[in-house]
Amino acid sequence: MALDQNQVRDIAELARLQIDETQLDDYQKNLSNILDLVDQLAAADTANVEPLAHPLDAVQRLRADQVSESNQREHFQQIAPATSEGYYLVPRVVE
Amino acid sequence: MYNKTIADIARDLNAGEYSSVELTQSLLDRVEQLDSTYNSFITVTKEQALAQAKAADERRAAGNAELWTGIPIAHKDIFCTNGVLTSCGSKMLSNFVAPYDATVIDKFNQAGAVSLGKLNMDEFAMGSSNESSFYGAVANPWNTDCVPGGSSGGSAAAVAARLVPGATATDTGGSIRQPAAFCGLTGLKPTYGRISRWGMVAFASSLDQAGSMTRSAEDAALMLQVMAGFDAKDSTCVDQPVPDYSATLEQDLTGLTIGLPKEYFRDDLSADMQQQVRNAIAEYEKLGAKVKEISLPNTHLAIPAYYIVAPAECSANLSRMDGVRFGYRCDDPQDINDLYKRSRGEGFGNEVKRRIMVGAYALSAGFYDAYYKKAQQVRRLIKNDFVEAFKEVDIIMSPTTPSPAFKRGEKTSDPVAMYLEDIFTIALNLAGLPGMSIPCGQVNNLPVGLQLIGNYFDEARLLNAAHKFQQATDWHQQAPADIA
Amino acid sequence: MEWEVVIGLEIHAQLATQSKIFSGASTAYGADANTQACAVDLGLPGVLPVFNEEALRMAVKFGLAIDAEIGKKSVFDRKNYFYPDLPKGYQTTQLHHPIVGIGHIDIELDDGTTKRINVTRAHLEEDAGKSVHEGFDGMSGIDLNRAGTPLIEIVSEPEMRSAKEAAAYFRKMHSIVTYLGICDGDLSQGSMRCDCNVSLRPKGQEEFGTRTEIKNVNSFRNVERAIEAEIARQMDILEDGGSIVQETRLYDADKNETRAMRSKEVANDYRYFPCPDLLPVIIDDNYIEAVRSTLPELPDAKRARFVKDHGLSTVDAAVLASDRSLADYFETVAHAANDYKLAANWVQGDVSAALNRLEIGIAQLPVSAEQLGRILQLIKDNTLNNGGAKEVFNALLEGKGDDTAASVDALVDSLGLKQVSDTGAIEAIVAQVLADNPKLVEGYLNTPEDKRAKAIGPFIGLTRKAAKGVNPQVVMDVLKKKLSELG
Repeated sequence: MALDQNQVRDIAELARLQIDETQLDDYQKNLSNILDLVDQLAAADTANVEPLAHPLDAVQRLRADQVSESNQREHFQQIAPATSEGYYLVPRVVE
Repeated sequence: MYNKTIADIARDLNAGEYSSVELTQSLLDRVEQLDSTYNSFITVTKEQALAQAKAADERRAAGNAELWTGIPIAHKDIFCTNGVLTSCGSKMLSNFVAPYDATVIDKFNQAGAVSLGKLNMDEFAMGSSNESSFYGAVANPWNTDCVPGGSSGGSAAAVAARLVPGATATDTGGSIRQPAAFCGLTGLKPTYGRISRWGMVAFASSLDQAGSMTRSAEDAALMLQVMAGFDAKDSTCVDQPVPDYSATLEQDLTGLTIGLPKEYFRDDLSADMQQQVRNAIAEYEKLGAKVKEISLPNTHLAIPAYYIVAPAECSANLSRMDGVRFGYRCDDPQDINDLYKRSRGEGFGNEVKRRIMVGAYALSAGFYDAYYKKAQQVRRLIKNDFVEAFKEVDIIMSPTTPSPAFKRGEKTSDPVAMYLEDIFTIALNLAGLPGMSIPCGQVNNLPVGLQLIGNYFDEARLLNAAHKFQQATDWHQQAPADIA
Repeated sequence: MEWEVVIGLEIHAQLATQSKIFSGASTAYGADANTQACAVDLGLPGVLPVFNEEALRMAVKFGLAIDAEIGKKSVFDRKNYFYPDLPKGYQTTQLHHPIVGIGHIDIELDDGTTKRINVTRAHLEEDAGKSVHEGFDGMSGIDLNRAGTPLIEIVSEPEMRSAKEAAAYFRKMHSIVTYLGICDGDLSQGSMRCDCNVSLRPKGQEEFGTRTEIKNVNSFRNVERAIEAEIARQMDILEDGGSIVQETRLYDADKNETRAMRSKEVANDYRYFPCPDLLPVIIDDNYIEAVRSTLPELPDAKRARFVKDHGLSTVDAAVLASDRSLADYFETVAHAANDYKLAANWVQGDVSAALNRLEIGIAQLPVSAEQLGRILQLIKDNTLNNGGAKEVFNALLEGKGDDTAASVDALVDSLGLKQVSDTGAIEAIVAQVLADNPKLVEGYLNTPEDKRAKAIGPFIGLTRKAAKGVNPQVVMDVLKKKLSELG
């Protein structure tokens, strides 16, 4: 399937990726080629085939409801771009 | 010393031939001298390595040494290592000093191994040539103009260049087996769920699996012994007993039935490649194995299915890389959306952005059934092909790659051409089966890999088959001309 | 034109687990920012989720309580969107295979009838963190302590037709989840939040009108007020010939109006797909039956029993059964007193007044159910009169005595509240009262026969003032006798 440049822009917005306008052609071409590749799936007959969630069809294990983690805020926030008083800082969010 | 395998080193350390500190220092020196050529390491943890080696020697002196005590290896930079940069080959994580250890790292630490550092890789494990790393391309020690394969290109180059005897690696679509083939190594990707994924930065969760890069099947068995096992922290990890992989290496292959999928021996596979693989199969026949042609009729759907599942999962897995809690943040964000878009736009390379976009598109409203769900259904068809095949054969063999290592830059402008590199390896990830690549010949002075595919949790049989081949041949002992 | 209101609610209830839905971090409320956000909650690279068994059990319990289908195979999906309080860039939730399918509850309407509201589904998901917008010099601060707290989202059919019905439904759900003990029900801490979908359509029209969604309403009163405000807003627009924009709105309680949310301007494409880090959750009949066996008596059943077995009025029964801790308190009192009606009067009267005055919940009331039960016993055996009983109750409220039932008896003694029923003693007191108040006696005697019943009042007051704890019935009898002897 061929994508047009507006679609490429929309997808980039959806995925929160800044794409340089000069690279838009490249993305358009490559993404279209990849979609052509995956469109071969359409030919597969998958009627009544259960999708494979886990290769061994394993099911979810359950964890006992116990508090096992202790406070590691200082440790974790050492690698944070910006914090204040234990909070992670971001540009102001408007609700 | 640098030519020694893990098994050799274990014996030598026990015999007191050299100490772990001596060995570690000599390998660190070697990395310092040679790695500017290969670029296989992103981080060398020199002091930590020497401290671990010293502790190992002391432990040995106290009579408490175990098999792995003091053996140096290195880790793909996708495994979180507490206090050490874990970059995943990306600018996005170029400042990410992991605050915890991956289960795999923890297990090697517990076993007493020494870590020399963190190895280069394609950015977020997306690539087949190790050209997408933020830390630069990795050179293939057999021909430094060629790629080492990817995404575990740093692991392969480091082991092939004899900088380390073994390395951890990961395989989502062939990322262990293809570089193993390109660098003349023994690469093992175990069954999905055999090794914990905790602390392994996720690319495509339902396909990712840790494994090893070594110079022999015997070493692969030793590494798997450390890495395999249940982990309550990973819901997809399977609670299955771990056999003694070394114990069955020497089993006789008489009566082993090898399946050759006709779809993997295509006409467009070069005569040279065909010949090397056929020779290897003939060697197996000499060892007592029987050969049978089989069919895996849905093989042609593997690449399309993979390039839906992997991008879809990665698009969500990489959303956490948002510049808020860790990792790269753009300068002077104007608002929250600007922070997201520029941090991610600047922090990710082109191939990663492409895959995120393909995944976001495939999952967007109205396309889920046609793409992701369909791909997961196709995975079952592909799995069923293998399940049927394993009713008739014990092991399946094929070439690992369509051709030997290619030149750097040859495929970077055409992502689809790069994707087709994984044509023989990808189906196993979709089915979750274990696979290996072992060197089985050379074309144009470059190694050729033989892929061995096993049934679920049949790693012991793969290792046994690989080991017997390596007892009978010396392809695995061949080293790049500059090295030996 | 006559309009019909159509309302559907999505209620988020935090499950009362110790640890989070996919991690071992604590869910306790009120900790310092990010001190209860572990590597999994922060969405650090490489972390993986493992599902909390108690969250599953609680969700199944809820499903059984609303008579719903239980999903024997439920699947966690990723709902993808970017927001700073959502660390992974996706919320783990259940789209196609929720743990709870179609069920229903009954709500009581003002006219005393009940109405059945169907529940479309209830699914498990993780809560997000919180953003704080003040105090960070123009930035927002992100606290991820709440991230990963287990929620069930309960989605109703659009079957409510007024703000009152919606509030009654929210109250009923609150009552059910607190009865089950799966949610602490503390609205002020955000343990239950409600999104209200509101639309109008011309009466008689089958097709729904365009709806708006009011996000995160967090009190019973505000549900009613927010919906009323939104109905009024929509009606104004429609009456003027305008059309409603489908959008997400916030309720401003101070201004009593709703406003469009700016952050939700762009329609989101959530790109749901099954979470590959979590596997299908499979449960069988044995599991379901084991959970069913732990279900407590639910509000409807309790209310019916109060009416049928204990003769309470339907109104009393409904109020007393609405809240589990209140109902438990009430029943403990009623058992001790062996008198449901007397207990109902007290709990609805003095107890309820005290709770309102002190602004506390029944759990914080200084008078325990055992103590109130003892007070009622003493009323019933004539040891205490009503005034004395209230005095003991108030003394306990003020913190006198310890928390045992025995301290009631001690207080009765120390306050001298024991009722005197001995006729001889009372005759002596009455004689003294009459002797001390000759003018009053004269006045009484000059009162016509038919008005004397009223004129006897002051003597009763004086007698009781002279001797606390005298049995009022005996006082009345003695007074009548003595006064008639005089004239």
